[in-house]
Amino acid sequence: MKNKLLVFLLFSFVLFSCKNEKQANDDNTSQGNTAVVEHKGQAAVEDSESDANALQVAKSLDDFKTLVAAIEAAGVQDAVVNTGPLTVFAPVNVAFDKLPEGTVENLLKPENKEQLAFVLKNHVAPANFPDTQLKKEAEKGRKLYMASGKYLDVTEKEDGLYVAGTKILKTVKVSNGWIHVIDNVLVPAE
Amino acid sequence: MKTIFKFLTVILATVSIISCGNNGDSKKQGALTGNAAEKVYVAPGEHDEFYAFVSGGFSGQLAVYGLPSGRLFKVIPVFSVDAEKAWGFNEETKPMLNTSHGFIPWDDSHHPDISQTNGELNGRWVFINGNNTPRIAKIDLTTFETTEIIEIPNSAGNHSSSFVTENTEYVVAGTRFSVPVPQRDMPIKEYKGNFKGALSFISVSPEGAMDLKFQVLMPGFNYDLSHPGRGKSHGWFFFTTYNTEEANSLLEVNASQNDKDFIAAINWKKIEEYVNGGGGKKMPANYAHNVYNDETHSATSTMKKEVLVVDPTEVPGAVYLLPTPKSPHGCDVDPSGEYIIGSGKLAAELTAHSFTKMLDAIENKKFDGEAYGIPILNYEDVLAGAVKQPGLGPLHTEFDGQGNAYTTFFISSEVVKWKLGTWEVIDRKPTYYSVGHLMIPGGNSRKPFGKYVVAMNKITKDRYLPTGPEVTQSAQLYDITGEKMELLLDFPTVGEPHYAAGCPADLIKENSKKFFKLEENKHPYAIQTPEEAKVVRNGNEVHIYMGMIRSHFTPDNIEGIKVGDKVYFHVTNHEQDYDVPHGISMIGANTSELLIMPGQTETFVWEPKEVGVWPFYCTDFCSALHQEMQGYVRVSPRDSSIELSWSLDGE
Repeated sequence: MKNKLLVFLLFSFVLFSCKNEKQANDDNTSQGNTAVVEHKGQAAVEDSESDANALQVAKSLDDFKTLVAAIEAAGVQDAVVNTGPLTVFAPVNVAFDKLPEGTVENLLKPENKEQLAFVLKNHVAPANFPDTQLKKEAEKGRKLYMASGKYLDVTEKEDGLYVAGTKILKTVKVSNGWIHVIDNVLVPAE
Repeated sequence: MKTIFKFLTVILATVSIISCGNNGDSKKQGALTGNAAEKVYVAPGEHDEFYAFVSGGFSGQLAVYGLPSGRLFKVIPVFSVDAEKAWGFNEETKPMLNTSHGFIPWDDSHHPDISQTNGELNGRWVFINGNNTPRIAKIDLTTFETTEIIEIPNSAGNHSSSFVTENTEYVVAGTRFSVPVPQRDMPIKEYKGNFKGALSFISVSPEGAMDLKFQVLMPGFNYDLSHPGRGKSHGWFFFTTYNTEEANSLLEVNASQNDKDFIAAINWKKIEEYVNGGGGKKMPANYAHNVYNDETHSATSTMKKEVLVVDPTEVPGAVYLLPTPKSPHGCDVDPSGEYIIGSGKLAAELTAHSFTKMLDAIENKKFDGEAYGIPILNYEDVLAGAVKQPGLGPLHTEFDGQGNAYTTFFISSEVVKWKLGTWEVIDRKPTYYSVGHLMIPGGNSRKPFGKYVVAMNKITKDRYLPTGPEVTQSAQLYDITGEKMELLLDFPTVGEPHYAAGCPADLIKENSKKFFKLEENKHPYAIQTPEEAKVVRNGNEVHIYMGMIRSHFTPDNIEGIKVGDKVYFHVTNHEQDYDVPHGISMIGANTSELLIMPGQTETFVWEPKEVGVWPFYCTDFCSALHQEMQGYVRVSPRDSSIELSWSLDGE
């Protein structure tokens, strides 16, 4: 019994003393580990070989200068390059001009970042909707669920497809989904 | 009982002293090298400086790690099936594992070596040997996939392989076991004098195609490791031998009798001239040559029926034997090509032969007899020097390009740094435990990158959290930029980390392929767009030409399949975007998933046995709607008259 105790004591001592040293070591090394990591999101990935994603396509066209500026101001660029699939209703520059004066300037202010993001999210469906699929949605009377949480109507008229009453002018396939070009901003109903 | 406790107490006390001694030591080391963690820390999003290709030994694969972080990036399936990547499971890669013995799902992968130009790493391919059913594989470092496997006839235990010459003219495969050549039914005890050891030279074309050019049929020794000459010794290849006793049983005793075995020096340029001039003898053989094509995304296996063999005694001046103490294992050539280091496993010293002295001994016929007609050079006349009492159980030496050599010692569990030319020991550091091979990036080349050495341990015992009787093996990273080595990191590995090759990341990463171009896809069952999807019946064989793109299969509803059909799913990933693979699996299919890269087509076979409506789904988390990526196949009775039909969203 005595021996057992002795063994136990010895063992505990060993564990205890070793543990202390270990901690001392850890303390030493952790000091060297404080590297500052700059945040770089997926939008910063350089890739000239893959098909262009929604943001890359938008950036390549002058028609979407305002939209791209808004995406960057809202800080949602990483979401727009995500694997998706995404369907983006992309307003051209003139669409923003149609808004009441001062609206765009106001939305671009840093303190309105969240509101701007909300407006932009109303243009993106987390889904795969080529024009052929939008036609089906229109026929079946199904609404589009947008990233803003709002639903938008799709209708087909003689001269083409409409989303929330705005005509789709053109459709572009992008690597992570689809861009449908429109000339109105789809301001979400509050 | 009392005695036992006393004994236990003593043991424990001893253990505590030793283990605390170690801790104390590492604390001391910690004081010297408090920035060890910083040196291996690669911040999130940053890249490692080196790739390390570490063989998996009995896993049969090749693992890709980053150095200095020790992070695992990929396990490249080579010789063993891999259900994760469908390697050996899909119809496209099954031929890669074909051999003269049929389909073999496993091997023992050993010595990766990176291709070279002018004696320097070029980062194009990694070659690796399968030990058990002798094969050499080539991994393409643009796709990080195994693209070629060639079987080696007349060979067994393909161990002194797969090292490349200075311009990747050849990749070399030496047999461990000597065997009857050709194989025949004969008494084992008649081994001596009758068995042969084949050293195979596989030519590599500028595009990388392998071809077994010739085999040198050597005496019936065991051939252990090998390395090419470089610089001045380019054109020669050196192989360690053991069991020059030619024992066929209880080798642990009977193959340790001779005071010296040999390093065989092969002048392959001379033999190449000889065979190019019509020398050598063609003998019947049967071996598989398997090639994977990145355009058809499929492999083919061709059986070759002939091999050119060379009797070394018929090419005077091409083969010599250098006496080397006690069953040498490692056979390593320094960056200058002058020193050939033999690590006698059982020797008390490490032997360095001089290439210059070897040439002189050959010229002046300083021979010490012959073995089966091959001249044995006089030991004293080729010896450059020896590292005395360096450690126990020397195994493998690599070089830092600064005149230093680093040797592992299995029995004394340490890496020893010593100086070429003076043969003095500079430093020794323990490994945890029983180290096998070690690796310095470019360590087998004219231009090593002498910043780190990786030691690969066979035994770890208490080093990590225990996981039952089988515990991980490990690699240990040392900084070798200073006079003394410094242990930085200790990381667990996949399989046995048998051997490794390392390369600066910059030589490889820019060439890494992002995806396969659809328009280059020449798979016979590929479809260029989802609109081309179809289902074709041919008797009881049904071929589904299926497309996949975020986030659906085309078609996703299929009817008209019958019990007893053999259904081929040929699935093309229509994405053209980096890092968007899709997977597919079918309930009850007796095979693995498919994991299909963008632009690629793969095939699995399903043989439905029961009537019903059976689902399939995407197995790779591809997109936000991954969980929606699914479909159904309706299976009807054998005699059903339901027509074949398929659709996506009702169309």
